[in-house]
Parts: sequence; C-alpha cells; structure tokens
Amino acid sequence: MWGYEVKADRMTGLVAGVDVGGTFTDLVIFDPESGAVRLAKVPTTLENQAFGVLAALDQAGADLAHVDLIVHGTTTTTNAVLERKLARTGLITTEGFRDVLELGRRTRPQPYGMTGRFTPVIPRDLRLEVPERMDARGRVLTALDEAAVARAVSALRDAGCESLVIHFLHSYANPAHELRAAEIAASLWPNRYITCGHALLSESREYERGVTAAVNAAVQPLLERYVGRLADELKAKGYARDLLVMNGNGGMVSSRAVAREAVKTVMSGPASGVMAAVYTGRRAGINNLITYDMGGTSTDVAMIRAGRAPVSNEIEVEYAMPIHVPMVDVRTVGAGGGSIARVDQGGMLRVGPESAGSNPGPICYGRGGLRPTISDANILLGRLSPERFGHALDQVRAAYADQIGAPLGLGAERAAEAVLTLGNIHMAGAIRMVSISVGADPRDFALFAFGGAGPLHACALARELSIPRVLIPARPGITNALGCVVADLRHDFVRTLNRPLDGADMDAVAAIFAGQETEGRRLIADEGIVVTDVRAEYSVDMQFIGQTHLLRVPLPDGRPTRDALQQAFERAYFERFKVELATIRPALVNLNLSVIGRRPEIDLTRLIDPAGRRGAVTDAQTGVRQVWFGGWVDTPVYWRDHLPGDARLVGPAIIEQMDTTIVIEPGDRMETDGEGNLIVTVGG
Amino acid sequence: MTMLDPITLAVIQAGLQQVCDEMDLSFSRAAFSPVIAEADDRSDGIYSAEDGSLIAQGSRGLPVFVGTMQFSTRHIIERIASGVTKAPAPGDIYIVNDPYLGGTHLMDVRFAMPFYRSGEIFCWLSNTGHWPDTGGAVPGGFSASAISAEQEGLRLPPVKLFKAGVMDEELWQVICSNIRVSEQRIGDVKAQASALLVGAARLSSILDRYGDATVIAAIAEMRGLAARQMTANLRLIAEGQYKATAIVDSDGVVNEPLTIALTVTRAAGRLTFDFAGSSPPCMGPMNSVRATTFSAVYLAMRHIFPDVPMSAGAFEPFTITGIEGTFLDAHYPRPVSGCAAEVSQRIAEAVFAALVVALPDRVTAAPAGTSGNFGLGGHDPEKGRDYVMYQISGGGYGGNADHDGLANGCSTIGISKAPPVEIMEQNFPVLYRRYALHEGSGGAGMHRGGFGLDYEIELLRGQARASFVMDHGRVGPQGALGGQDGAVNCVEVIRDGQILVPDHLSKAQDIPLSPGDRVRVRTPGGGGYGDSALRDRALVAEDVRLGRYSAADAARLFPEPKPLA
Repeated sequence: MWGYEVKADRMTGLVAGVDVGGTFTDLVIFDPESGAVRLAKVPTTLENQAFGVLAALDQAGADLAHVDLIVHGTTTTTNAVLERKLARTGLITTEGFRDVLELGRRTRPQPYGMTGRFTPVIPRDLRLEVPERMDARGRVLTALDEAAVARAVSALRDAGCESLVIHFLHSYANPAHELRAAEIAASLWPNRYITCGHALLSESREYERGVTAAVNAAVQPLLERYVGRLADELKAKGYARDLLVMNGNGGMVSSRAVAREAVKTVMSGPASGVMAAVYTGRRAGINNLITYDMGGTSTDVAMIRAGRAPVSNEIEVEYAMPIHVPMVDVRTVGAGGGSIARVDQGGMLRVGPESAGSNPGPICYGRGGLRPTISDANILLGRLSPERFGHALDQVRAAYADQIGAPLGLGAERAAEAVLTLGNIHMAGAIRMVSISVGADPRDFALFAFGGAGPLHACALARELSIPRVLIPARPGITNALGCVVADLRHDFVRTLNRPLDGADMDAVAAIFAGQETEGRRLIADEGIVVTDVRAEYSVDMQFIGQTHLLRVPLPDGRPTRDALQQAFERAYFERFKVELATIRPALVNLNLSVIGRRPEIDLTRLIDPAGRRGAVTDAQTGVRQVWFGGWVDTPVYWRDHLPGDARLVGPAIIEQMDTTIVIEPGDRMETDGEGNLIVTVGG
Repeated sequence: MTMLDPITLAVIQAGLQQVCDEMDLSFSRAAFSPVIAEADDRSDGIYSAEDGSLIAQGSRGLPVFVGTMQFSTRHIIERIASGVTKAPAPGDIYIVNDPYLGGTHLMDVRFAMPFYRSGEIFCWLSNTGHWPDTGGAVPGGFSASAISAEQEGLRLPPVKLFKAGVMDEELWQVICSNIRVSEQRIGDVKAQASALLVGAARLSSILDRYGDATVIAAIAEMRGLAARQMTANLRLIAEGQYKATAIVDSDGVVNEPLTIALTVTRAAGRLTFDFAGSSPPCMGPMNSVRATTFSAVYLAMRHIFPDVPMSAGAFEPFTITGIEGTFLDAHYPRPVSGCAAEVSQRIAEAVFAALVVALPDRVTAAPAGTSGNFGLGGHDPEKGRDYVMYQISGGGYGGNADHDGLANGCSTIGISKAPPVEIMEQNFPVLYRRYALHEGSGGAGMHRGGFGLDYEIELLRGQARASFVMDHGRVGPQGALGGQDGAVNCVEVIRDGQILVPDHLSKAQDIPLSPGDRVRVRTPGGGGYGDSALRDRALVAEDVRLGRYSAADAARLFPEPKPLA
C-alpha cells in the first residue's frame, strides 16, 4: 500500500492529522498497515485548543502508544493576532523610528469612508530607541550605544515584557548592530524570546520587516506554551514521538522548534487546506486547481499551478498587518453562507458584504437571525436538507418573501434563486480578480471545492467561470486535517541581491543557492521524520529596472546563466502582462529556494469506507426531494458513502454526506475517479 | 425597450462593475511606473456613447477620479461631432491630458477608446494614469511657482495615439521629446492601452451573453436606481442650508489665502452646492478646473455614502453652482498643477464641514487633507547621476461619532502607500533622522483627531533643491461639533544651523540645500469631534502616558468637565 521501503519500526504506527478551526476540531487517522481510516469532528475549545484536540483523539478511539506521527494545525497564533491577545512585547529600535510600527504606510482600511482604527502590535510606551545607524549599504554611520541597549533591555524587562524585538534600520544590509544588541539582551533577558528584525526576513522595508518581527515575538510565548502543554498531554496519554505543527508555508515543523519562527504559523489553517488540494489533485492527475473553501463568514481561494502550492512573501493578515515570510498564498474573497441579502434604497438586489456571522447567524440556525442569507436560500430551495438543517423554514420563506421578494415583485423562491445567482456572480468576479492578479485564466483550472458550503455552490460557480471540471474530495469537511497529514517538510530561503542582471555575479548566485540547499537538507535530516525524497525548488524574483513590483520566475536548477535568466524573465513577463519591453533592462532582486522533503504516500481511497459502498447508484439513493432549479424539480438524493466506486450520474442530483452537501446542477455529469473523489463535468 | 427582470439587472450591474475592476487591476499590474503600479494613481470606466456620462467605474480607482472621465469623454464626443477632433474608427485610442477639456492636472493622462457593436459606437472605455512626468519647468510637474499652463508641461488635446490598433510612432516621438525619462513610459502606455482591450473583451462577452438590447435597458435602469438610492440617502439630511468655508494657504505665487465658500442647500429632494463667494482665479498653480471641482464634490459625497454605485445617476440629485469666475473654474492658461492633489481636498473638506452638522453619525471632522508633496532634485556624486525624489505623506484623520481619528492616514483623494524610508535611502542621497508621530497634533475633542507625521531628512551628498506643495499651513483641519482644529502643517529647512520657514508656509520652490542641511516636515493632525471636556478621562490619561500629548497640553486641551451646579 505504501509502495516504498522504510525502517519497519517507524512505519507500523498510525499517522494523525488534527486541525483546529473556528468552529470544529477535525481529526483524521490513517493506519498504514490495514489502510483503515478514522475520522472525528468535535467542537473547538477556544480557551485551550488542546482540550478539543484530545477530545477528537478520544472520539476516534486512538491508542496514542500506537500513533507514530501527529501533525497539528492550530489557529492559536492567528487568533492571538486578530484579537490582539498577545504576549507583552517590547521593542528596541533605531533612534527616531519608534513610531514606525504605529504609523504604517499611510493607508486607510477602505477606499471610501474617512474612518479607520489601528492598534499596533507593540504599544508606544514599550517602544524604546537607542543611538545607532547604518546606511542603505550597511555602512555604520552611528556606532551602537551598547550601554543604551542594556538600559533599554532592563527597562522593558522591568516593565513586564515577556518578549523582545530588536529592529534596526537597514539590518538586512548589515545585521551587526542587531546581533550585538541581541547578545547584550540575551544576558539580561529571562527567557529566549528575543527576535531580531533581519532574522526572519532579510529584506528592505522597515514597516513590513518590523511588523513581521513584532508579531513573531508577540506570539512566541503563547505558541510555545500551547504546544508544550499539548505535547505533555499527549505524552501522558502514551504518545512517544515528536508533535509536528503546520506552518503557513505548507510544511510541517517540530513542536520543539516551531516557536522560534512562530509567525510562520499564522495562516497555517488555510495553508493545510491547500496542501490537501495539491496532494489530492496530484493523486487524481489534476495539477491545476482553484481551491474554493466556503465557510460561514468568508471564502478562501488559492490557485494551484503545475501541482505546486502558490507561495507569497507578502501576505497581509488584516488591515496594515503585513507578514512577510513565505506563506501559501490564500486569498480571502469575501462572502460566505452568512452573507446577508437585501434590496437597497434604489430597489437593487444586494448580497453582502454584511454577514450574519455565526451569531446570530442565518435565520435557519434558529438563533434569532432575522435577515435572509445565502444559507437560508439554500434551505428554502431544497438544496440543503430542510430536515437536517432547517429549524425555521417558515420563517426563512417569510423573510425571503417580505424582505426580498416583495420589493422586487418576486415570489420567495425566485427571490432566493436571485440571491444565489448574484452571490455566485460576486464570487466568480472575486475569483477572476485573484486569477488576473497572478496572470492566469480560470478556464485552465479545475475547481477544488471543500469546506462545509463549497460543494453546495461549486458546480454553479464553475459554470459562471467557464471552469470545465469540479473536483469534490472524499471528505470536504475535514480537508484541513487531511492537509496536515499529507503536507511536506519544507524550508524556505530568500536572499535579496537587488542588482541589474547585467552586473550580477552568476557564480555567486550559484554559490548562494548551493549553500541554502545544503542548509535545507541538513534541517530536514535533523527533524528525523521519514521522507521519500528531498528536492529543491529554485526561483528568482525579477523586475525591469525602474519598476516596483516583482515577478517570480521558476528555474530548473540552481546554476542559471545570465542569458537563461534574461530569457526566462522576458517569457514570464510576457505571459503575465502580455507586454514586451525589449529596450528596458531587468534586475535580479531575490533568490528563492525551497527545500522540500516529501513524505510517504497515503492512500485516500479509504477515506470513505469501501465496505459501505453499494453495488449500484440506485442503491445509494435515500429519497427524492423537491429542489428549485428555475422551478421545482423532483431531485434524487444520495448518500455519498453508499455510492459505488464507479458511480456515474447526470444532474440534477443532491449528494449528502456527514460533512457537506453537494449539488449537481441539471445537465452536469458526475463520476467517481477511483481515488474517492467526485469529478463533475460542468454543462457536459 | 426590453422589460428587465430584477435578477438580470443585478447580474448585469455586477458584470459591468467587474469589467471596470478588471481594467483597474490589469492596468496596475502591467504598469511600469510605481505611481500607477504601487500607488494605484489611475482609474478605469465605461462611458455612454451619447454624452460620455458615467456607466460604471472601477472600485479600485484613485478616489480623486470619481466621475472625472465623463467630462473628458463628453469633450471628445463633442469635438468629434463638430469636426475639431478626427472621427473614430475601430481600434483607435485617443490620448488627452488637457486640464481644460474635462481633466485634472497635466500629469493625469487619459486614454479613450470607442467600443463598437455592429459597426456602431456602443460606449466608450476610458482610463486615466498619472504619468511621472509630462515635461514642463520642473520634474514631475508640480511647480509651485508656475504662472501659466505652458510651464506645467506638454498639453495634448484629444488625438489618436493608436489608429486601428497600431500606435502612431510619429506622435509618440513628439511626446517622448517633451517628457523626462521617456524611455520608461512605453511600459505605461502599453499597460494603459491593454487595460482598455481587457475591458473590451469582457464587455463583449457580457453583451454576447445577455444581448445588446438587454444590457442597454439595464444601463438605463442602473442609472435610475443609483439616482433613487442617492435621493433616498439625501433624506437623512434635514431641509435647510449648511455653510462652511475652507482655506487654501496660498497659490504658491501670491502669498494670500484662497477661500472656498460653500453653501449646501437641501431642498426639493436635491442637494445644491453653491460655491459663490469663493476667491477669484489665482496667479499660481492652485486653480481648479471645472471637472476636478465637480469630482471633488462627488468624492466627498462618496466618502459619506459609499454604498451608492458609481454611475452618472448617483450624481443626478446634485446641483453644483457658483463656480464661474472663481478659482474653482479656471480657464486656459491658468496653471492648475495643485488642483488634483490639494484644492480638491479643500473642496471635500468644505463639504464635510458643511454636512457634519446634518449627518453627525456619518461625517467626520476634517482630515489632514494634503498629499504632503516634498520634492528634492539634485545630483548624487556617489552614483554620478541626477535624481528627483518625492516624499508623500499622510496626516491625522478627523474624529468621528464612534472613535478617534486614524493616525497618518492617506490623503482624502488617494489610497496610496507611502514609500518606506529604507527604499528612499537606497535610491537617494538622503538620511532620515526621524519618522515619528507628530505629537500633540490631533485636534482635541470628545473623539480627538488622529496624529500627523513628523519626519526630518538630511541631505548627505551633492547640491540639491527642495520644493513643497502641501497645505493647511495657515489653519489646521477643522474640528466639528465643538471639537478643535488639528495642528497645522509645518515645514522647516535647517540650513547652516538656521531654521528657515517658507514664506508660503506649505509651498516653496527650489530652496537650495547643501550636504548636512535638513528638512523637517510635520503634517497636520485631524480635527477633533465634539466637546473635548466630554472626552473619557481614562483616554486622556492614556494619551499622556503614551506621550501623544504632554501633560500640560492635555490639561489645557481636555479640561475637566465642570461639575453640575
């Protein structure tokens, strides 16, 4: 089943992925020997996520002594940043620049409306300055005042700071002052929570580098305490191995090392979903995918090309909160199931951006929501089972009839249909914007639908985008947990050169790549986790001289010639922008290297128990219900787990399973692919 | 006319909006110049074939361009009708930057492309991009001492830069011979033109899908809906008159303040903006042109009611009057480089100040409202080359009903990020001594104004000349509903140990600097909102603890409320 040879003692045990989401904690356990799969879903315990993790392991009946590997995706740091529940953190910075972290780069949260609020990660009284200064080339203009550093460190320690950031101007060009200040600090600071600005991101831009360092410091103690506690609990229950934690770059890292670069775990949840999509797509032979994860309040989208997760160094987790380390490029594109529909004062139908959130939530949650949402439209139109989800169907119908239908002169059902149509148009538009921004055409992709609500809308959305195929994995609702299990070991390196290509020293480029690759391979070997192969992915960031935005150019190896770079850049530029600028010279800005250790293959076909599959599609049918497709249509309803391994059908159809509901629109053709996925050919 | 169902209408509206958003994004992504690529100083839209009125505009365009291109498009249509401008053919793209033909300043270069269906012009696609230079007396075009349009740069009437899809190389050579760093502009021209082609392709697919007649009906209906929605919003304003003034420090040449006098009248379901009594046209470059003045009112109203779709209908309930004979309606050859960046923000401030009384929950006290343009030009001996540096900066926003103003927010008319200090120091022979909060600058109020920026730059090498086009040096951004004004903008040149303050406070041209000389700029704080005695005492104490105000200033600005008798 595993298809490779490894030391037996490492591979007899179980492999578990556990992901803590906003509402649920999901678990998937694979048994490589028997091929068996166990799943669990329990409510997330916000105060201490570890309780939910343990409850999930409990529910799955896992004997931790037989578990070989637990990979954990956590939102501990994400929540801490968004809610500013951070460790008390102090900053020591260049004289004259303590307010950089508060001033930002002069923006407001939205183009229109002259309001906005911003809370800096470190408050002003904990931001101290010391005399020191480098110029842009890393030459010392003002020597470091070491006594001032010692005074500042002591003052911040005495002010109760737990973490410390040392962030000096131009430290990317010469880190000497930061390193010396850190040395002084280490002798006075009661713990290891000291972050230097250049250490995570050796790149110019003082605000972005400073925020990245500050977030790292401010979540470091929280993350270390959390994973430490969880590791102890797991150990007490018999788990003898290292706990691994998902990083935002789509790789996993040992819980013992994760806190050092804690900022990399911000956005780890969305990253694991994308890694699951990459893996599932590769097994299914579909390597260009748009991931579509629709939840209650928002929808995440990522574009996977050539089987590679998209990675960006420039993620902004919220307004004015840039985290500049390599992370999987997942974009939040707005609407979710809770998006509210209304008719505006001019008489125009609107969907979103207001959301009912999870409290009170849509009307159908029965928690006091009064305004019609996308989820309510799905209930009203029979797309979601009124028995399973509709606590207040009459109320939903009345809301649609009164609030949407009456002003538009439509019945409740037509009103709800209009809301879904418009919601899909907005979503399609947002996805088109994401694809344009990376220079891609959605029609060249398949749509990978997951999350609780993704499969409800995927087929209609694909039609709107002229996307030919939809892939619905076996367990859309636990995709993030699956991502934890199938992710790679990964280490990313970025080195800024910023030279005209004409003058770049290509031997030095090759030497930098070679050094990084050696370091990456060493780090992976040190982790002691089984990998089947280790490979390096090279790319450079380039631009025409005079430009500010960068274009990433993948390279086949780490020894490019100048001509090869010139040609690869021109080709990539034309592909992206459809513009040739033959007379302008390019610059070589960054060298990027990712060293990736691929973990053993995992068989996904058992995610749905083969024993439960029936012999014929008709045997999987649980009933017929009326679903609105421009009018009421008697629509067969199937139970996903009962569908035969070679099922085929033509929409309309509803396919239900524990973790989601799938709508196959009329005329769409659905088949299973042997990997446990459903492949829908849209409008076929 | 085809009868439209509400679903099709909403879907077509979203589709046309999407066409514009995709043009915006394509333009920025492919543009060469950082002004467009990074600062998004551009806009794209769809305009009617009959009169150029706005059908839809990209939501990511720079706010100053709200509605502007309908004026330039109308001029093109009229000039074609009268034979002044050559008639269009498929694949043609006109270029125009004439401020007096529905423009802003010369640096905002518009492209306009007729979009054909069945051999007829169906509509126009147009976009504006801020070019880094269009010639003239000073690099970048912001000459604070220009007294005629010729000194501000090359002025292009609408002429075809592309004919049947092919660029006119001869015209292009004429343009290149008149602008600085021309070799890089081809990157922007190609991006600007290809954005229009992206829009044309998307628009075609919408027309193919829904049918031309249906889309035409939807456009008419959208316009009516936007008008109804804006009219409904205006009901929130009590009938009556609301007056305000806003002051421009000077025109840069004659050192006297310019006054914007505004009376807003809400009556008969409409809102009238009467600027009668404003100062006459000025000698220096702080004149505005009609299109920019109208757009400034539109953008202020859009800040107040951001929900109304951008369509000509949204502006229908407005009457703008009284600008004839004032500096808000300048004619050739009055210089206008300050209209888009500064005067437009003063107009918006007047609108805010007038309406905050009527809409206290929606309108804020005055924001800093200046783009803070500081230009430095000189020779860097280390790199052996000339340079032109621009530092733009933010300021404090006004307090509002809900909270304090944002610190260091971007200009009212912009959405751009300021450049990082490290990038500036890499590219230019300067050293920043400070980049800090302008302490004490937030206007006192129940909700205080946000703080401005306080930065100081030292020249390291070579000789250089400094120029400033800023505002709010005379009076700070206005407080509202009992709140106090924010701090004024301060420019200081520290030369040979002497502190020089420009005569015009916020504007100066070509001040010589030698190595070691410094420039310090403190940008305005936002106006305060509500009586400062009503401010939560804990918040007053917090601001003092964080050093945002000195204890003495805080005691003076935020007096303890008097106990009730």
